[in-house]
Amino acid sequence: MQRLIEGSEAIADAAVAAGCRFFAGYPMTPFTELLEHLARKLPEVGGTCINAESELEAVGMAWGAAATGARSATGSTGQGLALMQESFSEMTLAGLPLVIFNMSRGQADYFQSTRGGGHGDYRHIVLAPMDVPEATELTQLAFHLADRWRNPVLVYGDYLLAHTYESVEIEPIDYGTLPAKDWAVDGSAGGSGKSRLVSSLGMSKDPKRSVDPESLWKDVAKRHREIEATEVRVECGFTEDAELVVVAFGTAAKFVRYVVRQMREQGVPVGYVRPISLWPFPYSALAEAAERATRVAVFEINAGQMIDDVRLSVLGRAPVVAIGGISTDASGFGVGRLLDTEIIRERIESALKGQEVPV
Amino acid sequence: MSTDTFLPTDVPPTRPSHKVEQLKPDLLLHTNHHLCPGCGEPLVLRELLEVVTELGAAERTIGVAGIGCYTAFSSAIDLDLIQALHGRAPSVATGAKRMLPDRLVFTLQGDGDMVNEGLQEVIHTAARGESITCVLLNNGVFGETGGHMTSTTVIGQRTKNTLEGRDGSYHGYPILIGDLLAQLEGTVYAARGSVHNAAAVASTKRMLRKAFESQLRGQGFSLVEVLTMCPTGWFIPTADGPGYLDDVLGTVHITGELKADGKLVTTAELRARSQERARRQSAPGQEAERV
Ligand code: SF4
Repeated sequence: MQRLIEGSEAIADAAVAAGCRFFAGYPMTPFTELLEHLARKLPEVGGTCINAESELEAVGMAWGAAATGARSATGSTGQGLALMQESFSEMTLAGLPLVIFNMSRGQADYFQSTRGGGHGDYRHIVLAPMDVPEATELTQLAFHLADRWRNPVLVYGDYLLAHTYESVEIEPIDYGTLPAKDWAVDGSAGGSGKSRLVSSLGMSKDPKRSVDPESLWKDVAKRHREIEATEVRVECGFTEDAELVVVAFGTAAKFVRYVVRQMREQGVPVGYVRPISLWPFPYSALAEAAERATRVAVFEINAGQMIDDVRLSVLGRAPVVAIGGISTDASGFGVGRLLDTEIIRERIESALKGQEVPV
Repeated sequence: MSTDTFLPTDVPPTRPSHKVEQLKPDLLLHTNHHLCPGCGEPLVLRELLEVVTELGAAERTIGVAGIGCYTAFSSAIDLDLIQALHGRAPSVATGAKRMLPDRLVFTLQGDGDMVNEGLQEVIHTAARGESITCVLLNNGVFGETGGHMTSTTVIGQRTKNTLEGRDGSYHGYPILIGDLLAQLEGTVYAARGSVHNAAAVASTKRMLRKAFESQLRGQGFSLVEVLTMCPTGWFIPTADGPGYLDDVLGTVHITGELKADGKLVTTAELRARSQERARRQSAPGQEAERV
């Protein structure tokens, strides 16, 4: 059944449909509504939602729930997630599935999401939906991928996504079977000689292994290389014959796609690439698109972060220019004046002509 | 086998020790560990595992380990375990307990872990009345890093960063964590034990049992704080550990039940009682009261 609902509620419904049964968070604009909806919806299905005393505890609780094998999630804005990074990094090493929602205050958390603010060698799968219907799909996919890879998955949303009403239908999506969670700690194996240990320290109950962080870190790196090889998600439009390729992610990409399609109808040779997974980043798709283009333009609402990955993909095949920039409202949480199809069109036209765009 | 297979612990060992009897608790996979001779932590661990066995709870117990010397035992304890970050064990235990409410869930934390890094979250976990048991191994120092001041280090105690002894006006004052948690409504049981002698070890075991029993009845949060020896971190001879524990930490963090059966007793009251006992014991002609 199609329903006209707010993005935050749609994401909450999608999480519940995906089998999420534990959520803990701390209120923060524009993430708060997601917490509110889950506080109401999770108990209705026998789950738990805790309004934690801080982000540190929120992620700790989600960690404990995930370790028992339950589908567990937490979230905040980039600011709140900054407080959780130590746990994110350790949960990745401990091989724990977790879904993280960043209802960010713009697009300036690209580095935090894709590089991580925590310590050590770790990566998170990062999915960036452009609108509410896609967010409901990617939320469910996030829970699947977290279980499949035993790795945290971050869903990158923003103010616009959290507060836009769209018509969606949310049904559980079957992404295929997953291996049994025989690693999960449910308390039943005590005294059997086969009790389990969920640890990020490289410790094991196998007396032959004992403490071996090096092997653990190598295993984690191997897992991340496999993810890089299999989990790239990207949408490309008109790149076969585009002179200018515009790259954008998240809600900004929806605006860019609209403008590019409109310009194409008028015969302007532009195309777009929309990374859906920010990590793993679609390096080869972009490299291919850049092969035929004379210029690549990046539209992101920040001082220039994803552009680093775009340059790494293009590797000098074509000049890469920034056509986005810092833009926010008076609160610093919301949507600034740059997210406007006319401004985006002007900037794409300037880039086509090889003119500088003031960022 | 004769008792000469036991090694003296006040001098460096000259030969490997031999097991004279099966002393390993059922829930320990092996007895290899790297903790120092004279350390108090393994004693508490033994008691904890014995209580889990005695309660018949081994197949429904989840332990959450903090970061400290005792962490080394995570690979030897035959219980389902989650390793937490320093300070974060109570929130991790909360998530596990909420998903599996019929399990016995405990945390194992040191004073640096619980009272320094994780103070906020143990307070909130108690305030929520989370039905878990937090076990604190309190030796008044960061043992694992080499003997530094923690929030429970007592005034006058020498550590690597209180070289002339902890000075309240400069380093601040110790936190009596048991009192702090006992007064919260969500706490049903709080007690402070010690392992400096056999009587204290026995009484600590009773405390652990009471705490676990209250949890299994679903009554709320419980805390068992145990004073443990750390001769290495205190820079004293191994054999002096129990005496130092009793004389230095034990005179500030007084042992006894702080909350049981709805009754709250402060550390100050416990101190007054023990002083009264000592006074009566030393008064000539009066019969010593049984402690
Ligand atoms: S440093 Fe202290 S707490 Fe750590 S093992 Fe040695 S005696 Fe025990």
